[in-house]
Amino acid sequence: MNLQFGSQYDELRAAVRAFCAETWPPRGTEARLGPRDQAVAWRTRAIAAGFLHRTVPRQYGGAGAPPDVMGDLVIRQEFDRAGVPHVGSVQGTHMLVPTLLECGTEEQRRAYIPRTLTGEITWCQGYSEPGAGSDLASLQSRAELDGDEWVLGGQKIWTSNAHEADMMFGLFRTEPDVARHGGISYLLIPMHTPGIDVRPLRMMQGGLDFCEVFFDGARIPATNIVGRRGEGWKVTRATLKHERVLIGDSTGTRMAFAALVALAREVQRDGRPASEHPAVRQRLAEIAGYVATQEWAVARMLTAFQRDRDLEVLSELLTAKLFGTNVQQMIVKLALDLIPEQGLCEPTPEEVAMSNRPLTRGRWVSQYMFSLAASIAGGTSNVQRNIIGEHLLGLPRDRRPPAENKES
Amino acid sequence: MDFSLSEDQELFQNTVRGFVAKECPSQTARAIFDGTREGAAALRRGLAEIGVAGLVIPEAHGGVGLELLDLALVAEELGRGAVPVPFLGHALATLALARGGSASQQAAWLPRLASGEARATVALAEDGGWLPATWRAEHANGRLRAVKRYVPEADGADLFVVGCRGGSLALVAAGPEAAVTAAPTLDRGRPLATLALDGAPAEPLAADAGLLIDAACVLLAADAFGAAHHLVRATAEYLQTRRQFGQPIAQFQAVKHQLANMALEIDPTRGLWWYAAHAFDHAPADASRAAALAKAHITERAQQVARDAVEAHGGIGFTWECDVQIWFKRIMFDRLWLGAPELHRERFAALEDW
Repeated sequence: MNLQFGSQYDELRAAVRAFCAETWPPRGTEARLGPRDQAVAWRTRAIAAGFLHRTVPRQYGGAGAPPDVMGDLVIRQEFDRAGVPHVGSVQGTHMLVPTLLECGTEEQRRAYIPRTLTGEITWCQGYSEPGAGSDLASLQSRAELDGDEWVLGGQKIWTSNAHEADMMFGLFRTEPDVARHGGISYLLIPMHTPGIDVRPLRMMQGGLDFCEVFFDGARIPATNIVGRRGEGWKVTRATLKHERVLIGDSTGTRMAFAALVALAREVQRDGRPASEHPAVRQRLAEIAGYVATQEWAVARMLTAFQRDRDLEVLSELLTAKLFGTNVQQMIVKLALDLIPEQGLCEPTPEEVAMSNRPLTRGRWVSQYMFSLAASIAGGTSNVQRNIIGEHLLGLPRDRRPPAENKES
Repeated sequence: MDFSLSEDQELFQNTVRGFVAKECPSQTARAIFDGTREGAAALRRGLAEIGVAGLVIPEAHGGVGLELLDLALVAEELGRGAVPVPFLGHALATLALARGGSASQQAAWLPRLASGEARATVALAEDGGWLPATWRAEHANGRLRAVKRYVPEADGADLFVVGCRGGSLALVAAGPEAAVTAAPTLDRGRPLATLALDGAPAEPLAADAGLLIDAACVLLAADAFGAAHHLVRATAEYLQTRRQFGQPIAQFQAVKHQLANMALEIDPTRGLWWYAAHAFDHAPADASRAAALAKAHITERAQQVARDAVEAHGGIGFTWECDVQIWFKRIMFDRLWLGAPELHRERFAALEDW
């Protein structure tokens, strides 16, 4: 056990810190660009410097470096500290890119990966449907091959960022004779294609981040399939895995908890800072236990990944998503109790808009509600409990209804 | 960065685990719980033979010269097996002697403590409280007067490390002025006693009581982790054999989710006590903070796991006959000895400068 990163990583940290200071915020002509273009320009530089998307092969726009989870951690810490726009379209960078690297054709990789890494192309994930949530394999949206085009029909829902995305990767039933998992294909769909209608859904806190997407005869090239026909379910396995790890990262928790402590110091209770109130101190310390637990669980996972010993951290891996969700929710619940009057006020559109910082008081109210999304997206908390029960504790699978047993 | 155990540590922990599995099956823990004490001495000797008694004693004095993390790895295994053996008090006392003992104190005691020939323990709490600021024990002119409560492993101990006013420590050898009275103890595997010192001969020990508080927090957290980790698995196993409505009850989602929540609360905390143990020897500025948090968090979570385990077992879980009660009480000890989580959360808050 050695918690020093070592001189190699100290040098890396210094280099990343210098790079961030030099490149952010943008100067000169770049300073006049819009936020998205600024972010694309910055990411292009960060990739060229070898600090972002490092393991993606060079021919696909990455740095072609060998995997180094500790190096990635050091870089991410410095990026977060500097507030640079290193996180782009996560559906693109963390789900689509690994999928294409594993299952895509050479043409697909070259066409999509480089520009997805910079954020020039943004993606949404077309999985859930009105009748297919946790039971994703029951999805009904379909694609029929007509000559050299897929013709799409049906509906997706809860599609985050569909109204802003350039592309969708989605699951469609292409083999009508094959039930459930076996009849699904993984397609790449330009969102501007005629026959696609995107309707944003207003979320409970007022924001417009997810959408319904309707397909009515939209046509896309037959080559826009990843993997073979009917193998879409297999293709998705990689992306689901990445989505879970993404939500299980501890950086966001640590930053949110620091903001909570700052809030407790700032607001008054009984004529003194709330952070001096015994009840508040107890609650803060209780949450601190969860925050630190997550942090050291992540450290254990990183060490295990580095040494290819993933099985030793199965507990941490399988609980990461649910644990992270719960901790985030504890943080926002206490925050709201510190600013009760604020909770009576509807957040403004700016407060609702998705951005990491700064956590203004209205943002806490918005987050109080939005944090519930983590219990639902990427595998609901109850599905996570099934996974923990079955895969960690070895409990028997649920009995399925007879009709479904026949199908699968 | 490498947040993992060394090969030697893994090997050693496996050795202890193997020893516990072989020498202390739950029947042994239960027999001792039900009143026979003979088994405990054999277990203690066996653990001493594999080095546990002298784990943090320098090699020059016949020990193994290791660190708190290594002790904590033993604590995890003893918690897992609810092993009713003197460990905590001896570990803390030898740690204090190894850190603060004079050359003559070390020479006089450490070799015998390392071999297991002699036993030491700590006497910390008084009626006023668990922490040094509340202690009134007076050490003057080589004599010590105090009434120390909840002293572990006192019966048969050869040496006591006693906490005194202001957080200093003193060494008291067993003798007529050091009267041990057994206290009725819930965790029968780890009986407690009152130690009445009526002018007992005492020598100052040049270590701070804060050191012992930190180390104790870590060892209790590790023990509770091991015990709760075991309870989750034991409960999962039982619920797969228990059938109702024609299926194992573990197949019902309500039951499965209860078990999943138990695992969720305890499993990821392993790194929390690992780090607290590591900080004790390698990041002293963070040691008290990390230890207080580990004790507060893990023993609290472990206790809830134990409560859930009783509930999940149903009627049998509520009986003396069912082993769950042994681990339940083990965890109660871990949670309450040295003060309830609330005390340590407040210490943590103060150390964070909130």
